[in-house]
Amino acid sequence: MGLQSPYEGVAICAPTTVPYVRFSPESAHWWAGAALQSLAQTTGLGPADIDGFCFASFSAAPDTVVGMVQHLGLSPRWMDHIPTGGASGVMALRRAARAVQCGDAEVVACVAADTNQIDSYRQTLAGFSRFSQDATYPYGFGGPNATFALITDNFMRQFGVTREAFGKLCVAQRKNALSNPLALMNKPLSLDQYMSARPISDPVHLFDCVMPCAGAEAFLVTTPKKAEELGLSSARILATIERHNAFAEDSVQFRGGWERDREALWQRAGCRPEDMHCVQVYDDYPVIVAMQLADLGFCEKPDLSDFIAANEFTISGSLPLNTNGGQLSAGQAGAAGGFQNLTEGLRQILRCPLGDRVQGAERALVSGFGLVNYDRGVCTGAVVLERQALR
Amino acid sequence: MTEPLPTPKRKDPLGRSTLGHVPPGLRSRAATEMATYAAQGRFVLQSCDRCRSVTYPPRDRCPTCWGTLTWVDQDSGARVEAVTTIRHSTDNFFRNHMPWRIGTVRLDAGPVAIVHLHGDVHQGDRVRMTLRLDRGGNPALFAMPKEETPNMQDDPQLRCFTAHPKHRRILVTDGRSAIGQAIARALLKAGAQTVFLGDADPLMRYPGKAEIEAQEGIEPVSLNMTDSGSVQELAAQLGGRVDIVINTACFVRPGGVAFGAKLSDLQAGFDLGVLGLVRLAQGFAPAMSARSDDGVNSAAAFLDILPVSGLSGQFGYAGAAASAAARLSLLSGLRGEMQQTGIRVLSVLTGPVDDDWHQDLPQPKVVPGQLARAVVHALTEGQEFTCAGDVAKDLFARWQANPLLTMREENR
Repeated sequence: MGLQSPYEGVAICAPTTVPYVRFSPESAHWWAGAALQSLAQTTGLGPADIDGFCFASFSAAPDTVVGMVQHLGLSPRWMDHIPTGGASGVMALRRAARAVQCGDAEVVACVAADTNQIDSYRQTLAGFSRFSQDATYPYGFGGPNATFALITDNFMRQFGVTREAFGKLCVAQRKNALSNPLALMNKPLSLDQYMSARPISDPVHLFDCVMPCAGAEAFLVTTPKKAEELGLSSARILATIERHNAFAEDSVQFRGGWERDREALWQRAGCRPEDMHCVQVYDDYPVIVAMQLADLGFCEKPDLSDFIAANEFTISGSLPLNTNGGQLSAGQAGAAGGFQNLTEGLRQILRCPLGDRVQGAERALVSGFGLVNYDRGVCTGAVVLERQALR
Repeated sequence: MTEPLPTPKRKDPLGRSTLGHVPPGLRSRAATEMATYAAQGRFVLQSCDRCRSVTYPPRDRCPTCWGTLTWVDQDSGARVEAVTTIRHSTDNFFRNHMPWRIGTVRLDAGPVAIVHLHGDVHQGDRVRMTLRLDRGGNPALFAMPKEETPNMQDDPQLRCFTAHPKHRRILVTDGRSAIGQAIARALLKAGAQTVFLGDADPLMRYPGKAEIEAQEGIEPVSLNMTDSGSVQELAAQLGGRVDIVINTACFVRPGGVAFGAKLSDLQAGFDLGVLGLVRLAQGFAPAMSARSDDGVNSAAAFLDILPVSGLSGQFGYAGAAASAAARLSLLSGLRGEMQQTGIRVLSVLTGPVDDDWHQDLPQPKVVPGQLARAVVHALTEGQEFTCAGDVAKDLFARWQANPLLTMREENR
């Protein structure tokens, strides 16, 4: 397999977050429209200016991107629907970037939007996927909490990672969230509180779980020239990877597709994990944060405990991690949860974070993980971003 | 080790019963096919017709070579890789049964599965996998201890997948027959609290009456299944105190269709066997449905014993077979209704029984003890289809392989 072609002629701009709410009576369409409106405010673009549209959602049924295009009055010459939840941000970026690079579109709006109505979470779970409907959720109906409890149970035993280590990650993310006015969790969290939280599905406890909410995220993929015209700060892509259903032979998931492709990522990017100024990884559960750090090359899995002990993961500390608080503290707005890591990574290197800024951040690693189709997350992806221009 | 089930306390008559929810019921067609094997207590997984690789969860094509798949009996061994205790669920059924333990197992047959765990099963254990039906009639993988453990059947999670007689109050519709009496005794031995023993004609003595009525736990009741009033009256009396209904009533007379048939026999057979089943269901199913999740002695099952000839017809016993065929059809309908309320509808299929009305048939025939064992097995396993005796097993297997051939074979 040769080296990935570089992403020349691509600019990523205008990270957009529509403030989350715990429950919303509105639809995914409403939230997607809110994201576009917010994007329009930042960029000055109207429906006629957007010629590419990439959409991710769990709650837009019966519509897909097609319905959304007509609903929101777009007339793109390129569109895509990304149904992969936590991996959707990285995947949307990859596709939109190539479309722009090849001239299939010039201005691509990437939008993830999900609502969270009363009881819609249970309904989403009940019909989430064929395998989960047949073979996971009828087993106690613990939802993703139970599936990730099994993964966590195995991971802790296999690599000697303790609850305290996971707690450190959660506590650091909460500390980061305190400067983010949009985070739904806005009270400090101590390690004691983390450790004494009530069990949800052993060994997963309350603060290991994200809070489902409604919200939307968006960003724009265009050419550097267009970004300059619009007066937008922009970032470039150094490298990306994507992999689905890797290591299907593992009894319990302890690694994801990143492990298979990380060398390609760092080789193309021309830098190493230690060159990242901030890391925004998918964080539905802390075990997945730890898994990604190892799979992406920050340390080996047996060394995770030491690695976690040796770093701070706060905005001002070593290895700033999930600097908006991540989903664990900011909330999980469905598929937008797979975009918020990307928008936050962008914000940090474009110097417009929601909360505190990582000083001197020019490069960010963003990692996605999505879709627990059965017993594990199937979709993985990662992107290395670098600041292109500040305006 | 499993704590023995406590004797249920007397129920507060003013308290609201826990509603009988069923676990989430949405399933693919492939999973529904898996349920047909669970109904027989068979541990099956899909195997590829081309490359023979075994797959799970239920798929529609082989993930190795894209060949077509067939359900095949499998080695039931497995190892528990990971375990969790779920303490929070948004589903109403599981919410009422928290905490609930599940695990990831590596099956000896190959695939990995998420399964329900028996309380005596832990991480790292070798286990015996079983394929069962949940209360909603859907297939469920349940990991059992490899060896028998004390009070194993009393495990609260396992109990959700069975209709075990222990501590339950059971109506046996016809105690006048040797079969009814054998079943009543076997149920008491299996831990039933009470057996209400039906008698269609309490003024007439029957063989064994004094002995069976003297047994502790037996409560004779008047029940004539050809009389709607009698069934309704008993249902009104017993109402919410019957946890399992076992229909042992049957009327078999020799006779063909054009030759040797007596219409009066046919009518009597249908009145007792077919309409009687409907009367019984109408009388008892509603109250049972309301109590399907009512603690240790929740209502659990409606079991019918009927001739296996209902599948195929039978030369020389055409009327009895026709009555059985009608019952099978009604049971399918009743099963569909009761799956929504969490009550199991179980069929015990029997070959000719060793009684006065099957004298002209060759051996082997089914003796009462065999039927009693089959009934207890069906209840303790929660198994929808159970064959009592070799004739029923043989015919059922042939019928599954080729129903039309079996009909020809049985009617010449």
